[in-house]
Amino acid sequence: MIDKYAVFVPNLTNRAENFTSGHRACQGCAEALAVRHVLKALGHDIVISNATGCMEIVSSPLPLTAWNVPWIHVTFENAGAVASGVAAGLKVLMRKGKIPEKRIVSVGMGGDGATTDIGLQALSGALERMHKDFLYVCFDNEAYMNTGIQRSSSTPYGAATTTSPAGKDSIGQHTWKKNMAAIAVAHDIPYVATACSSYPFDLQAKVIKAVESGGPAYLHVLSVCPTGWRIPSHLAIKYGRLAVETGVFPLYEVQDGKYRMTADIPKLRPVRDYLSGQGRFRHLTDTDIDIIQKRVTKEYDKLISLHKSNNG
Amino acid sequence: MGKRIGMEVSLMVSEAVKLADVDVIAAYPITPQTHIVEHLSELVADGHLNAEYICVESEHSAMSACAGSSAAGARTYTATSSQGLQLMSELLYVVSAMRMPIVMTVVNRTLSAPLSIWNDQSDIMANRDCGWIMIFAENGQESFDQTLCAFRIAEDRRVLLPVAVNMDGFILSHVIEPYQTVEEEIVEKFLPPFDPLYTLHPDRPVTMGAFAMPELFAETKMAHEIAIRDSYAVIREVWDHWGELTGRRYEPVEEYMTEGADTVFVTIGSYGELGMDVVDRLRAAGKKVGLVKIRLFRPFPYRDILNSLTKFENLLIVDRALSVGGVGGPLASEIKTALYRLEKRPNVFSFIAGLSGRDVPPEKFIEMYEEAMEGLKKNQWDEFTMVGVRQ
Repeated sequence: MIDKYAVFVPNLTNRAENFTSGHRACQGCAEALAVRHVLKALGHDIVISNATGCMEIVSSPLPLTAWNVPWIHVTFENAGAVASGVAAGLKVLMRKGKIPEKRIVSVGMGGDGATTDIGLQALSGALERMHKDFLYVCFDNEAYMNTGIQRSSSTPYGAATTTSPAGKDSIGQHTWKKNMAAIAVAHDIPYVATACSSYPFDLQAKVIKAVESGGPAYLHVLSVCPTGWRIPSHLAIKYGRLAVETGVFPLYEVQDGKYRMTADIPKLRPVRDYLSGQGRFRHLTDTDIDIIQKRVTKEYDKLISLHKSNNG
Repeated sequence: MGKRIGMEVSLMVSEAVKLADVDVIAAYPITPQTHIVEHLSELVADGHLNAEYICVESEHSAMSACAGSSAAGARTYTATSSQGLQLMSELLYVVSAMRMPIVMTVVNRTLSAPLSIWNDQSDIMANRDCGWIMIFAENGQESFDQTLCAFRIAEDRRVLLPVAVNMDGFILSHVIEPYQTVEEEIVEKFLPPFDPLYTLHPDRPVTMGAFAMPELFAETKMAHEIAIRDSYAVIREVWDHWGELTGRRYEPVEEYMTEGADTVFVTIGSYGELGMDVVDRLRAAGKKVGLVKIRLFRPFPYRDILNSLTKFENLLIVDRALSVGGVGGPLASEIKTALYRLEKRPNVFSFIAGLSGRDVPPEKFIEMYEEAMEGLKKNQWDEFTMVGVRQ
């Protein structure tokens, strides 16, 4: 049933394809899918500032482009700052009557490395300055996939990557995934949400809400990477759903500081359902999985209690 | 023409930026700080300048935001110094290759370590290959003039390159000098509104900053090289026009008291002022000494330099930066390269003086002259000399 929805979603929303086919993303890339959904929800009147990374590299080999909207790439760690400059430039040109008045959303986007590691400072600056009509989207595939699967601060505990390999003395990634959404929330911006391309309606609804909030807004989109997660390419959507259903990646939004869970999951599945089958977690022992289960349950309960206290 | 008044040079630069009716300023003022951006934020706060002032959290973000606003079609300005310029360094190369006509004042100051806030040109010289047009101002008035000229040069459709106007930290930036402004009507005649070729706007989507494979990269670099080489003619044209409007004329390379000179000092930046004073003294003592001032550093004016310097027997090139482990001063190194193909080359004496704001009084220049003359007698001198260094 879900598979059928996934097929039809593009036709149920904006038909325009502003991130066009023919780009060079890997087979089964759920990040490219996430970008496609985000652009459908954003519509035409946007300018994208893209950090260096997978989506930049697959989409813009000179002299070709996959973008039907204005798009700029400058460097790796500055999408937040470039998007700030775009927002300020458009604002002042409209104020001075040099271009017609029109609402244009400045959209910064980057992967987890560009957002949670090297670009965190520029992003924090942008969120702190409270630019209007400003949205930043992190497409999180949980490692530096473009350069060959090196760990980032967004890589989950226990995942094997090429710089956090599992070995006799190593569990793989030995730190817990950085809670980037919470960092965004701490900037007191009007809208923050997590999303996943396996839940396209939810993702698109959040993009629209983010824009309607006036900004700045932050979206953290889990983007399943078959290449880096060592899963078959046809299972990307399934693993996105498992991440949500096990509570590993909860879907929620924070509007004016109020948390609200957005996926209806009466009972979480065990994290084992999500971890097993992914090559990056194949070395984990039952004890390791118990540790992860405890952490996931604890973090999920925190969100549930925030949800309850914020929604009566 | 406005009346002549005294003003801190940093503020003169801010006034020039205001006259240029700049749209966006993105600046991080602290590494290290000058009054330029402080005064600009005041001008915006008081409604004298209709611009967006973005208080970014670093120079890296300052130049990144400048890239975004320039790409959106806004006239864009920033200012920085030393460590800040180094932090921007990555972006300097990107915005020039992306042909963004950003104007930046570089208040030349020392690079760490040891940490030092004082003047030298190690900051810009560390970035001399970043593909920007680089102009060195000699005094306060010129810092003002060159700032306005920089916008006109950068935004000319035959150029479309960023311009760095360099002025020596403290020696210029923090002193009060005589200053004559220009009327707004003159600026209107001189500087047309920014009319970019391509901008980031949904009505006409473009992709900027695509990556290039090896098959295309060298061609993009060559295009950049040709653009900056060809900017030379536009720079001359702009300076000539400025001269007609204001009476203040500028050349890429200028000579002072070179008539009959066998030896010249070659300077860049504010050493030009000091050099004139020294030449006056040496001339009074009967020495056949002159001065050649380099105003344009990128594109490097090879032809002007050869036309000028080949007239003399001895060149005393004074640098304010050291290429550590290299061949001494960056300016001397460039000039030596320019001279290489000549059959008869002048003698080159390379001096590095005034690092980290170490005071260089006229006597030091006279010592350089005496040292060079001594070397000539013995027919032996070092590749370069660190002036006044204790060993």
